[in-house]
Amino acid sequence: MKRNLTVKGLTALTLALAAPVAMGEVSVEEYRAMLADKDANPGFLVIDQGEALYKTKRGPKNASLEKCDFGLGPGKLKGAYAQLPRYFKDTKRVQDIESRLLTCMTTLQGFDEAEIKKKLYADQRYNESNTELEMLAAYVAYQSNGMKIAPPLKHPAEKEAQKVGEAYFWNRHGPMDFSCATCHAEDGKRVRLQGLVNVYNKKDIQATMSTWPTYRVSHGVVRNMQHRMWDCHWQMRTPDIDYGSPATVALISFLTHQAKGGTYDLPGMKR
Amino acid sequence: MKNHTLILSALLAGAFGSVHAAEDLSAKVDKLVASSFKPGEGQDMSRLVQDDTQKLCSKTRNNPSAKDADAINKRERATIKYPDGNKLMGDWKNGEKLVKGGFGMRIGAIEPDKADKQKGGNGGNCYACHALDPKEVAAGNIGPSLTGYGALRGASDDIVTYTYDKLYNAQATVACSSMPRMGHNGILTPAQVADITAYLVSPESPLNQK
Ligand code: HEC
Ligand code: HEC
Repeated sequence: MKRNLTVKGLTALTLALAAPVAMGEVSVEEYRAMLADKDANPGFLVIDQGEALYKTKRGPKNASLEKCDFGLGPGKLKGAYAQLPRYFKDTKRVQDIESRLLTCMTTLQGFDEAEIKKKLYADQRYNESNTELEMLAAYVAYQSNGMKIAPPLKHPAEKEAQKVGEAYFWNRHGPMDFSCATCHAEDGKRVRLQGLVNVYNKKDIQATMSTWPTYRVSHGVVRNMQHRMWDCHWQMRTPDIDYGSPATVALISFLTHQAKGGTYDLPGMKR
Repeated sequence: MKNHTLILSALLAGAFGSVHAAEDLSAKVDKLVASSFKPGEGQDMSRLVQDDTQKLCSKTRNNPSAKDADAINKRERATIKYPDGNKLMGDWKNGEKLVKGGFGMRIGAIEPDKADKQKGGNGGNCYACHALDPKEVAAGNIGPSLTGYGALRGASDDIVTYTYDKLYNAQATVACSSMPRMGHNGILTPAQVADITAYLVSPESPLNQK
């Protein structure tokens, strides 16, 4: 799984990003091409870091995460992310990859959830490297690379999460009167120059969901879907939405079902 | 008697089934919201409380019935406040700055705006959604293009009032509009709305130059 970063690719990428607004047609194309150059994705380093962490005995219980059950059985990582979110009997709720990671870190390793949640995301304003949680999610997700997006929809709680998640997608609140649908329910919409995914366009949402977790060039780190949910709520001027909360999991359930049948192409690389 | 009740409830379910389903779903969303944000330093839970207009637009997915749309228009129109002296045309140069400025108002413990920007915005963030000055290429398209707005419509009192009202409360005319209710929600003050109105309407404004 080791990859060599092409230094040339990365340098060009940095240069292209230095003047994003002034980019002409040609350099936009170049930028796109570089985003598609998988070997130039620094996300692979983060996946490697996540793997090492995953296999290390840590926490009050001095255990690794190797027995974590992501839905296919303890320790079965291959293809597990492709079938999330799903209902888990032990926690009696629908969980996505990150909320499930939290479960395993608390039950298997004995970490304190509140303690973990004190630092969820690397702060790009201070050039921080990825947090452990971000590295772990990147590694676990990568084990489903190349597989079809296939979240189960059998358990009543799974159906409920998808349905209520969609209703919440249309929920308008906050001082801007925004809902997710303000920005993500029509084709061809942009905020300034940033293209917006239309979650009701199958191709569009498949392209989006199949490439998370993703290396965000503007942040210099790998981001996961929980971060994107927080980020869009932050733009909506709400309070911070809680990591792994019922609302984020319901939204992610809805989005993942919209993208069903797409093929994971990980790690992604985006603006 | 028992049979009658059954028939009656079947009829009711037929007539009101979808309404009830929507009510039910809204209640579930409320519960979801209540369990997904944690109060604490830097958080402002009051922002999650919906007013009647937000509730209706959420429940109907921005597609209110004609009657509900009418009720929204009336209610939102009643919120509009005008600046002292009722001067709806302000200073277009200041309007230009406000149009370019972002919203501010971001809160939370992770990446809040500086304290002075958390309450009010520093602008209307208009370019997020609209094309305005033809020289600015980084314009979004959630709303219609406003380039040449005044050149096309003139600067009559009706146009000035329409424009001011649209900025102060977009839903006074378009129920469930995607545009934030700038004045009503406290993003912009009446004087600022008047400045932006002037920027859109004045013949001297760069927005109205070819
Ligand atoms: C005011 C506009 C706005 C609102 C409201 C908004 N978003 Fe976003 N969203 C954006 C922007 C801008 C991006 C980033 C696009 C980019 O970086 O090119 C984005 C990105 C995303 C992405 C990733 C897209 C991709 O291609 O990887 C997802 C998923 C998403 N938003 C979901 C949501 C959800 C769910 C909500 C509601 C909780 C929401 N958004 C609310 C503007 C918004
Ligand atoms: C989040 C998106 C959004 C933002 C931000 C926004 N608008 Fe709008 N605007 C819209 C939409 C959508 C419409 C069309 C529906 C309506 O008229 O309410 C609209 C309509 C308008 C109209 C009426 C156009 C017409 O043809 O009658 C004007 C004028 C306008 N906006 C000005 C502004 C200005 C000035 C700002 C910044 C202070 C602004 N808008 C910010 C989305 C937005």
